[in-house]
Parts: sequence; structure tokens; C-alpha cells
Amino acid sequence: MSRISTDEVARVAGLAHIALTPEEITRIAGELDVIASAVAKVSEVATPDIPATSHPIPLSNVWRADVVGPTLDRDEVLAQAPASEDGMFLVPQILQED
Amino acid sequence: MNELLARTALDLAAALRAGEITAVELTTACLDRIEALNPRVNAFLHIDREGALATAAEVDRRRGAGEELHPLAGVPIALKDNMVTRGMPTTCASKILEGWLPPYDATVVDRIKAAGLPIVGKTNMDEFAMGSSTEHSAFGPTRNPWDMEHIPGGSGGGSAAAVSAFMVPLALGSDTGGSIRQPGSVTGTVGAKPTYGAISRYGLVAMASSLDQIGPVTRTVADAAALTELVGGHDPLDSTSLNAPVPDLGQAVARVAGAGRLEGLRVGVVTELSGEGYQEEVLASFTATVDELRGAGAEIVEVSCPSFDYALAAYYLIMPAEVSSNLARFDGMRYGIRVEPGEGPVTAERVMAATREAGFGDEVKRRIILGTHVLSAGYYDAYYGSAQKVRTLIQRDFDRVFADVDVLVSPTAPTTAFRFGDKIDDPMAMYLNDIATIPANLAGVPAMSVPCGLDGQGLPIGFQVIAPAHADLKMYEVAALVETLVEDVASACPAATWEETL
Repeated sequence: MSRISTDEVARVAGLAHIALTPEEITRIAGELDVIASAVAKVSEVATPDIPATSHPIPLSNVWRADVVGPTLDRDEVLAQAPASEDGMFLVPQILQED
Repeated sequence: MNELLARTALDLAAALRAGEITAVELTTACLDRIEALNPRVNAFLHIDREGALATAAEVDRRRGAGEELHPLAGVPIALKDNMVTRGMPTTCASKILEGWLPPYDATVVDRIKAAGLPIVGKTNMDEFAMGSSTEHSAFGPTRNPWDMEHIPGGSGGGSAAAVSAFMVPLALGSDTGGSIRQPGSVTGTVGAKPTYGAISRYGLVAMASSLDQIGPVTRTVADAAALTELVGGHDPLDSTSLNAPVPDLGQAVARVAGAGRLEGLRVGVVTELSGEGYQEEVLASFTATVDELRGAGAEIVEVSCPSFDYALAAYYLIMPAEVSSNLARFDGMRYGIRVEPGEGPVTAERVMAATREAGFGDEVKRRIILGTHVLSAGYYDAYYGSAQKVRTLIQRDFDRVFADVDVLVSPTAPTTAFRFGDKIDDPMAMYLNDIATIPANLAGVPAMSVPCGLDGQGLPIGFQVIAPAHADLKMYEVAALVETLVEDVASACPAATWEETL
């Protein structure tokens, strides 16, 4: 039985902002199924008494002084943008008209 | 081949300091070979002749003026194309970043520039460092200089091929699940992943942040030590950077290489990483090397790390989860390409989806989709949470066995280089290639691959040394010992006899 359906792949692709074709959705669902079967293995040993480790070394927050420092050059940054105007990134319409 | 290119980075550095050769002469030799061979090997995505020669000329001028320079000043280096270089293209081998010129330098790049090493170019890789064969590059695969029909490993196949083909003596790679060590193993080069945090990741385009590490790719252990000393150490720009000085790796390596022994060394052979699924010749070469270590006075102990059997599964939950989060930034809004949808309204959301569809390759999409699924509501605890528990078990296994032994050893990869296309349609077969390298990434411990022999087809085999966290010095000592005990593999690469005019 497939663990990741084509519907789930299509839903997740939407969340991930990737416009997959129907052929890609079918192919990826099949490929992910192989992986999903393998990762079911993890639950064999992940018992409630074992704490989760999110990072290989203990991390503590790192602060810096709240002072103005050098920043990236605006023109250099905007020169790499797909579109810019008046010293700002130019992006497509974000809100629909309705 | 120009005879200079057969020499190690440290030899070349000494010759430069002694005034026997100039940095311009050396850099020109590297660039000429790269430009002649790259159409066949495809190790480089970008070659910077002008920039590298300008750095070399400046080093020669300053040295001529009697200035005290870094010991490696003037020795050329190549960088994997996921380290950002100001004004030099950085693509991560992805169409989504084609033509991008970063506005800043990664910390490792900054340190290399400050030390005066000419950067000859950026090396090919699997797209966004996802793969074990460099077949997932958007700009074509890299070929293995040992046999052009075979893969050079991945994701750092470009760096490994560049070094093994004598195009450049030094390169940097990045290792998330073995992407420095596995290419090292299949190209007969030395590759090291230091303790997590020992080399800054600032300016490394992130794949899976809790696993990624930058490290050296070289032909000798001593060269790897020298390069690590140059780029390692605390970086205030990276909040995960260790606040500890870099140990004197070079001195330790020289001492062990001179003595040919390491007194009181206890070596653990990991049962789970040297049995089923490993090519017979790989195991035979590994066992012979372990015997050499025993002969050199090491005590060999068989150890078991049962949780390692779960490492691959845990990795393939944690890694894509972090991938899906890290790669969200490639959306066609601020840098990289922008693609508008073929039909319908041109909204930001639809432009992002069209851009990511067109810009990412299949393996990247596959991992982003899996990661988004893993992190989505209802699956998070069962998948991601369980995988993080396996990480705890792996750390406990390491802690337990390192109470008894100084280092662990295993073959670096289960097989020698496979042929192009053999595994590209089977993700699990491809992923199994990283089975021996992944546990070190999950636990953040240092690990490196040293060549230890050849198989029947004449393809190289790698020997992996794993040390406890912060014991990189011990790892380098053992790697140096292995290097003195086995035949020189790197120099046997067929590329040593290639002429640039072929």
C-alpha cells in the first residue's frame, strides 16, 4: 500500500511552492513510497523514554552588541535581483484583486 | 603533465617560500591543465584565470618585497560551488542560481583570500549537494579520472576529481552525509569532515544545517591538515561555530609520519559498518589495512554500534526536513532566476511555484517534497521526532564505544565507484552508498577518508577514521599512520600520465 498518495504529493507540492506536472506527481509519489517504507524502520527504536536530539552539539544563543555595522551594498544586491525599482526589489502582485 | 602538479601542496608551498618557483608559474600550470582537461572531466563549473593570476602576481610581489606571508600563500585552490564568492558565479550546480554573483564572501573564502591562495575556480557538485554521484548537477556530470565511465562520487565529485586529476593540489568540499569522504574514497583522495562547528559555515549555501560541514579535499593527510588549520577556527558570524582554537594538526601528522607508529593506540572496528552489502574487495583492502595498523602496534577491538542500522533511515527524515526549510529561500523574488507561469494571473505565489518547478532538478524536488511531508501536521512527531530520537541513540553508541577506543574505523563506502546511470533511478540504492558516512554527521563527530588500496578494476578504495567530537587531532594522527602503512594510491591515478594536449 502506498504511504504517500498522489493527492498528498500534490498537496505538499502546493505547500512547498513547486508547480509539479501530473507526470512528476505520479513519479515522485512512487519514489517517496520507497523512502517512506524504509523510514518506517525508525519507529522500531524510537520509544517514549528516549529524548530527541535536534543538534549534534549543545547550542546556546549568541548575542552581538546592538550597534550599526557595515551592510551589504544595496546596488550590488539589487543588481542580482530578477527585477528592481527605486532601490527596492520589484515583485509580482501579492494580493489577488478579489 | 607539468611536473609541478604532481607535488603536494606543502611541497609547493616550501618551493614558493624558497623562491624555486613563482606563484604565477604554479597557478598558470594549474589553469592550463584545468582548461585543457575540463571539457572531458567537467570538474569545474567556473574557472577564474584572471582573478587567480592577479592573486598569484600579488603574492609574488609581496614575497619579493620581503613581506611575511601565510605559509600556503601562492598555492592554488578550488572551491565547491556552494561556497559564496563575491563577484564570482555561485550556482550550487542549480539552474535556479545560474549566473548569480554573490555580494559577499563565505568566511572560508575570506580566510583563503587573506592568506593569498589563488582561487582557480568553482567545482561541480550534485545540485544543492544532494546526491552521491554528481549526476544530479544541472550542468552535466563530472567524470572520475580513474575511469571516465564511472562516477566521481558526490556531492563533491567536482572537488575530488579536480584534485585526483592533478588539476589543483587543494580543494574544499562540504559534507552533509558523506559528500567529502565518499568522493574521496572513489577518487583516491583524502577528505575530512571536522567536528561539527570546527570550520565556519557562514556563506556555505545550507542544505541541512545540523549536518553540513566544510572540509578539505587533498592528495595527502598533511595537506588536509594544513588547509584545515587555514580555514578552521571560531567565526563570530556563525552562531554554531565552536569557540576553540584549531589544534596543531600539521605538527601531529608530521610526528606520526616520521615515527610510523602511535603508542598505545586502540582502534575499534565497527561490526555494523564492515559486513553485509560491502564489496568483497573493499572488505579485503579494509581488513589488510587494519592488519597493518595492528602490525604498527595498535590494539584492534571489535565494537558494535547497533543504532547505526537506523542511521540511514533517520538521516532520510532529518535531512529533507532541513532541506525543505533551507531551500524555501529560492523563490525567484530577490536573486536567481524568475519564471512567470505560462497562463493565468502573474501573482507572487504562482511565480514562486513556476520558478521552483523550472529551476530545481528532480532530486531537489523529491527531497523538498519529502521534507515538507515529514514536517507537515500529523506527521511531525512520528517522522521527524522519531528520527531525532535515533540521533540520541547514535550519540550514545558513539559515547559508549569511545570510552574504550581512541578511534573507530570502517570502509568509507560499501563499493568502489559505480558506473554512470547505475543507480540514478533508484533513490534507496543511491542512498545506501552513504551508509558508512552518515552516523558521523548525525552525531557531529569528525571523520575522514584515506585511500587504502585498489580493486580488481584498478579503482580506489577508502579507509574511514572516526574520532570523538573535538578529537580531530587524534583522527589526523591515525589517518597519517594509515597513509604511511599503505601504498601510495593518489599518485597511481591514470590522470598522472595524461597530457594536456590529448
